Amino acid sequence: MKLFKNVNFDKLKESLSKTRDKIVNRITETISGKVKIDSEILDEIEEILLTSDIGFDTSYQIIEDVKKRLTGEKDRGEAAIMNIVKDVIYDLLISGGSRDEYQPAIETKKPFVILVIGINGVGKTTTIGKLAHNFKSSGLKVIIGAGDTFRVAANEQLEVWAQRAGVEIVKKDKGSDPSSVAYETVQTAVKGNYDVVIIDTAGRLHTKHNLMEELKKINRVIQKVVPNAPHETFLVLDGATGQNAVAQAQEFSSSVPITGLVITKLDGTAKGGAVIQICAKQKQPVRFIGVGEDIQDLQTFSPREFVNALFD
Amino acid sequence: MLQDLSLKFDKILKKVTGQGKLTEKNISDTIREIRRILLDADVNFKVTKEFIESVSIKAMGQEVLASLSPGQLLTKIFFDELVTLLGTENVSLKLNATGVTVIMVVGLQGSGKTTFCGKLANKLKGQGRKPLLVAADIYRPAAIEQLVALGDAISVPVFRLEEKDARKIARESVQEAIAKGHNTVIIDTAGRLHVDEALMKEIVDIKEIVQPQEILFVVDSMTGQDAVNSAKAFHDQVDFDGIVLTKMDGDAKGGCALSIRSVVGKPIKYISNGEKVDALEVFFPDRLASRILGKGDVVSLVEKVQSEFDESEAEELEEKLRKNKFDFEDFLKQIKMIKKMGSLSSIMAMIPGIPAQLKNANIDDNALVRIEAIIRSMTKEERMKPKILNGSRRSRIARGSGTSIQDVNRLVKQFGDMQTMMSRMTKRGGFR
Ligand SMILES: Nc1nc2c(ncn2[C@@H]2O[C@H](COP(=O)(O)OP(=O)(O)OP(=O)(O)O)[C@@H](O)[C@H]2O)c(=O)[nH]1
Ligand SMILES: Nc1nc2c(ncn2[C@@H]2O[C@H](COP(=O)(O)OP(=O)(O)OP(=O)(O)O)[C@@H](O)[C@H]2O)c(=O)[nH]1
Ligand SMILES: [Mg+2]
Ligand SMILES: [Mg+2]
Repeated sequence: MKLFKNVNFDKLKESLSKTRDKIVNRITETISGKVKIDSEILDEIEEILLTSDIGFDTSYQIIEDVKKRLTGEKDRGEAAIMNIVKDVIYDLLISGGSRDEYQPAIETKKPFVILVIGINGVGKTTTIGKLAHNFKSSGLKVIIGAGDTFRVAANEQLEVWAQRAGVEIVKKDKGSDPSSVAYETVQTAVKGNYDVVIIDTAGRLHTKHNLMEELKKINRVIQKVVPNAPHETFLVLDGATGQNAVAQAQEFSSSVPITGLVITKLDGTAKGGAVIQICAKQKQPVRFIGVGEDIQDLQTFSPREFVNALFD
Repeated sequence: MLQDLSLKFDKILKKVTGQGKLTEKNISDTIREIRRILLDADVNFKVTKEFIESVSIKAMGQEVLASLSPGQLLTKIFFDELVTLLGTENVSLKLNATGVTVIMVVGLQGSGKTTFCGKLANKLKGQGRKPLLVAADIYRPAAIEQLVALGDAISVPVFRLEEKDARKIARESVQEAIAKGHNTVIIDTAGRLHVDEALMKEIVDIKEIVQPQEILFVVDSMTGQDAVNSAKAFHDQVDFDGIVLTKMDGDAKGGCALSIRSVVGKPIKYISNGEKVDALEVFFPDRLASRILGKGDVVSLVEKVQSEFDESEAEELEEKLRKNKFDFEDFLKQIKMIKKMGSLSSIMAMIPGIPAQLKNANIDDNALVRIEAIIRSMTKEERMKPKILNGSRRSRIARGSGTSIQDVNRLVKQFGDMQTMMSRMTKRGGFR
């Protein structure tokens, strides 16, 4: 069974073309004519890395790695340097566990439970709609739980997505205990022989202790019904977020175990470079990227394609 | 993260402190650190570069004052420059006294526009205006329901149409406002990417149709380097009047605000710091500068102390504060200075890391005279070792100063609180 058939690399390239322009063209500009002075080129690369939200530390680390790999290299021309920068970034993504052939291991668990978490407004609910659509179109029986019982019209929003995807939804009144929604959803899934359960949660800042505790409770309650669930916990990050993304990944993963990242809004001009930082520092894999507001605008993250799209 | 940056800055101060004057060498070390602070705070790369240049130029031109360490001086220059860039004063909304004032709210997806519209309506209603909320987001699922629910909660009506035509909704909302006697129209628009030409055209058209007095650009305080691109594109298209910085209840530094300001030159008008309807504040540049810097308004303190204290005495006091050897004798000496400098609580308010309850509750400015009398009734030994103040000593002091034993007790307790606080503060590096 092949999920996410709709992955469209042209669209990925298109959505990353700004990233590519920024990195490649500037490297090309700098490198052409200045090939020999590679420390200057490296300074330029540093600027490009920093303006992509890769952050001070990781940019430094990348530059140092590139320098190191260049020392043995006779060919210090444009292509060689670019390849090395590419390799270094690719290796960082891989070191976090990202890989091209990723698919959620749906076949191994039934129901397969996915929990979606993140700070406010990053695109959790939209991503859930897109995920549900993908699973559903692969012929799976899908149910989603409206675990955001806090924000106004959160239920109504998820209901629209459930309709669009053609999947079932479990919801309760606004203000109910979110873990009871999660409990009920997972239980309905078990009883009704569902393949996939996706639980939405309210946006919460990683700095709010009580809300992080609430998340732990949701996690525990899910485990009461299905031991070892959730099988995937996706942390959703806004692609335009800067250095705070690192703190978000850190704090969320210290409250519940995260199995992967989803980076949204990569259809804009933001580079999403904070991902590289999180992959490098916290060894997290990126699983999906959001490239628009429509139901088909979700793609599996492919580190090779990602890097290739950066440096085509 | 906040603490990280604070520590980093302390390191800078330590490096430069005690080298006597600002030299190119010690500045360049510090400048590197400042660069890092700004980049870590999400200030745009180019903006950081320009900023660093102006700080360096200003720093090199400054004379080092005897009682300020070079680090403090540099902090002050850095801080002042940040505040200047962020906008030196608060700029309020342009609200017409008569007729209808139209406010249009725009921004990227999920930045917090709809939530802000509710908050603003609530605030303006509290000021006696009659707002009408307008649900012009025809795209996002349940966007209209969201605004309607927010409006219901604050009893502000929401204008909506079944038709999916944002331009028409905007146009008719103003007519509705006139007809129903609303003097303020707040239009919530859909989130959009600045590269989406069709959607950008939509807000340009709405602007043309409703001629808003205010267009506010709502931006998530966690936004990274790309903030300059989106803000510039929105600004080029609709020439917005002000910025709203959201999700400031998190721990993002909010450096994107500095980037945006320096690229579009428009004031930050509001800070949104929570999901509840009352979590809205006006903007204070010095607070954001402190946040970016990772410190409280320590510079203003230094400045104030500097202008009033004898230089050597100030140094001695600082030393004592740091070593927690500040006693009643010193306290008495400083009371005169404090009187000159303003209220004790205003001085406390400037020191970073002091809990609010200490700032507000424990210091009664009008009691300074009484305090002076009490201290004067203490023996020299008592002043230097407040610990020995037992019951009989306290009642003697009360009699001698013409106050009550409760007054004496209160002062001794307050003094103890202050010492604890000072030592906590100096341990944390709040003072230098
Ligand atoms: N351009 C673009 N917009 C997106 C993408 N993903 C989500 N959005 C938009 O971002 C906004 C917020 O998305 P939601 O799915 O409501 O985000 P959320 O994380 O569930 O928000 P809360 O539940 O309020 O915390 C909506 O306007 C979405 O349409 C994406 O990949 N690209
Ligand atoms: N913690 C916190 N959350 C906020 C703040 N402002 C808004 N939010 C939350 O951020 C999320 C997005 O807010 P919305 O008001 O829906 O954002 P929007 O810009 O209208 O989103 P779109 O219409 O989809 O573009 C919601 O979960 C809000 O509750 C804030 O200042 N602090
Ligand atoms: Mg949601
Ligand atoms: Mg909205």
